[in-house]
Amino acid sequence: MTLNRRTFIRAGAAVAASLSAPMVLGAGKPRVVVVGGGAGGATAARYIAKGAKGAIDVTLVEPSRTYYTCFFSNLYIGGFRDIGSIAHSYGKLASDYGINVVHDWAIGIDRDAHTVSLAGGDTLAYDRLILSPGIDFVDGAVPGWDITSQNKMPHAYKAGSQTELLKAQIEAMPEGGTFAMVAPPNPYRCPPGPYERVSMVAHLLKQKNPTAKIIVADPKPKFSKMALFQEGWANHYDGMIDWIGSDFGGDAVEVNADEMTVSIDGEVTKVDACNVIPAMKAGKICEMAGITEGNWAPVNGHTMQSRIDENIHVLGDATNQGDMPKSGFSANSQAKVAAMAVRGALTGSKVFPAKFSNTCWSLINTDDGVKVGATYEATDEKIAKVDGFISQTGESGELRKQTYEESVGWYAGITSDMFG
Amino acid sequence: MRIAVAIMILWAVLTGAAFAEETATAIGDPERGQKMFKKCKSCHQLGEGAKHKVGPHLNGIFFRPAATFDDFKYSKGMYAAREAGLVWDIDGLSRFIEDPRKTVPGTKMSFHGLAKEKDRHDLLAFMRIYSDNPQNIPEAAPTAIKVEVELSPEILAIVGDPEYGEYLATECTTCHQSSGDFDGIPGIVGWPQDEFVIAMHAYKLKKRDHPVMQMMAGRLADDEIAALAAYFGDLN
Ligand SMILES: Cc1cc2nc3c(=O)[nH]c(=O)nc-3n(C[C@H](O)[C@H](O)[C@H](O)COP(=O)(O)OP(=O)(O)OC[C@H]3O[C@@H](n4cnc5c(N)ncnc54)[C@H](O)[C@@H]3O)c2cc1C
Ligand code: HEC
Ligand code: HEC
Repeated sequence: MTLNRRTFIRAGAAVAASLSAPMVLGAGKPRVVVVGGGAGGATAARYIAKGAKGAIDVTLVEPSRTYYTCFFSNLYIGGFRDIGSIAHSYGKLASDYGINVVHDWAIGIDRDAHTVSLAGGDTLAYDRLILSPGIDFVDGAVPGWDITSQNKMPHAYKAGSQTELLKAQIEAMPEGGTFAMVAPPNPYRCPPGPYERVSMVAHLLKQKNPTAKIIVADPKPKFSKMALFQEGWANHYDGMIDWIGSDFGGDAVEVNADEMTVSIDGEVTKVDACNVIPAMKAGKICEMAGITEGNWAPVNGHTMQSRIDENIHVLGDATNQGDMPKSGFSANSQAKVAAMAVRGALTGSKVFPAKFSNTCWSLINTDDGVKVGATYEATDEKIAKVDGFISQTGESGELRKQTYEESVGWYAGITSDMFG
Repeated sequence: MRIAVAIMILWAVLTGAAFAEETATAIGDPERGQKMFKKCKSCHQLGEGAKHKVGPHLNGIFFRPAATFDDFKYSKGMYAAREAGLVWDIDGLSRFIEDPRKTVPGTKMSFHGLAKEKDRHDLLAFMRIYSDNPQNIPEAAPTAIKVEVELSPEILAIVGDPEYGEYLATECTTCHQSSGDFDGIPGIVGWPQDEFVIAMHAYKLKKRDHPVMQMMAGRLADDEIAALAAYFGDLN
């Protein structure tokens, strides 16, 4: 969408006429900069541009031209999707919504001057800034592993080449070989993600390498949808998966990427493929902006504004908001609340009470899908859970198949909600 | 039993030999089919006084060409299927019900399909009762006329605020595509408002069982449901 001068002026007049005195009146069109074009950022940019109909100037900063969704990346590993089916471009956000998409890294934020500096040298001014940079890994979280080990022991917790690499390494395992996963401590992106991945790896190995073994070293005593996964593992992959929780030494782990060994509670095992998912923190740009406390950026659930700087809204995995899990669904849900708040503040549009929800599906085997979900509301203290549900053990095959089909519907829904 | 008798009568009055043959081989148990029809009821009425709802009424469907009602707005896909000569004979119906989107690409019927042949044939045996001449429609017939939930006229009369609906709808479009497309989760765009309101209250009152939708509808107030019905009803 292009704006000619006349619509531009008219849009300005409409803004001036609206009652609740927006803060940047007279300063030209209000500017929103969104850093990170993932589940939170792409949704926020799209909803602000869509709702403001040209009255707000929206810039989206994202280094990649292609966004590979982490969601369904495990299904790629399991052979249920090809990599192209989880790749999305920003074309429509630019052409259909008039968003200025800048492919660059944000490398600094000047909160007093209200500017974002980019690796390419440019500086962008904002009236409101939205940060949705996802996660980075905590240094030294898994002894023996750092980011330079990621080609030998991939994390595959940012999707794309890492996911392809992990799958290739699993496929190249010798007959009867060993795959190990080092699972992350709470809180982390996508609570059922590691266990859905274990299921998908088992599914892949069962076909290509049925005598292979899977070891999971987990720093936690229990995990998301545990009963459902364990039931599924027993039903489909009996004897293949050895999950070692913290009660059994799963928290005392060390890896050696050169030797391809994993030591669990002092016992060293030679492995053929190894997926290390270290502890996580907010994407680095949050720390650089000085809006983190501990590993995450605290936010006010009513608007998703940073508790440290009200001109910055933070979304998705990077936040510390309360009860919502770090998921794509949550980030997308939070983005809509933030988009409404930002439009309200900048153009005086109506603001309604924040509502949030989340549902996470996981695939255990062909046509064996499970789900967990909840609704949330904002309180002054946090985003608080209202109601929830979870799939049950012992459900019929028909219901599980339907659940899987729903997840396919959801994937089509959320990706068109993010990218138009 | 009345149903079984009706089928016998139907058989007796059938003329075309080809159809009789098809009937003899393809049709199933109408009593079981009546239960299967629950899957269609949220959108289709069948029986005396049946009207168009989310989908067209299905009286007299057998051997009618696809998309023949002038007072129902079909999808482009369904009109194209009619152009291509799709007729609702047993085979055509069976294929459509098995996989609507494969049989009629672009159809707006969001139903994932009945995979089992026996289910389809039983269902068709039941639907078959409402085709042909009106005198063949049994008296105590109406099935789909029964409303899922009885809502007070006040609830149905609430005029929704579409602007509020637009915000509330953002929560739905993570799953239900705003284009109305169906990829595993039904389309909810362009429905008659009453149908939409009834469906939402049916989830809210746990008369329809689906945990996600019970949860989503469970926290919506009556005016919020009306706002959503107004917003999605006008989307196209
Ligand atoms: C294996 C796996 C499975 C998952 N499955 C599901 C699922 O089934 N359902 C679900 O809801 N969620 C799932 N998730 C979680 C989901 O992917 C994340 O929660 C979601 O992507 C978070 O959105 P976000 O916007 O916070 O971050 P992201 O989607 O990661 O987006 C962040 C973006 O910011 C960009 N960025 C970072 N730093 C900068 C910078 N300095 N400048 C510019 N750009 C920057 C990055 O390139 C990236 O594109 C899964 C995750 C994994 C790993
Ligand atoms: C979610 C709502 C919905 C459900 C459930 C549903 N339908 Fe439909 N149906 C529709 C809609 C909408 C159309 C119109 C389709 C179009 O225009 O593409 C339709 C069209 C049809 C048609 C073609 C009618 C004509 O006039 O050409 C038949 C036959 C049909 N449905 C049968 C069924 C049967 C049998 C079931 C149950 C197994 C069923 N439908 C379940 C919504 C539904
Ligand atoms: C987490 C995904 C999800 C979200 C979010 C969601 N729905 Fe649904 N919805 C579904 C699924 C799955 C079904 C099919 C349920 C069934 O089989 O009964 C459904 C069914 C429906 C139906 C009935 C469709 C039919 O064909 O009979 C309506 C109406 C509906 N949803 C409205 C909404 C509204 C309004 C919202 C937002 C307030 C919403 N949904 C949010 C997943 C979702």
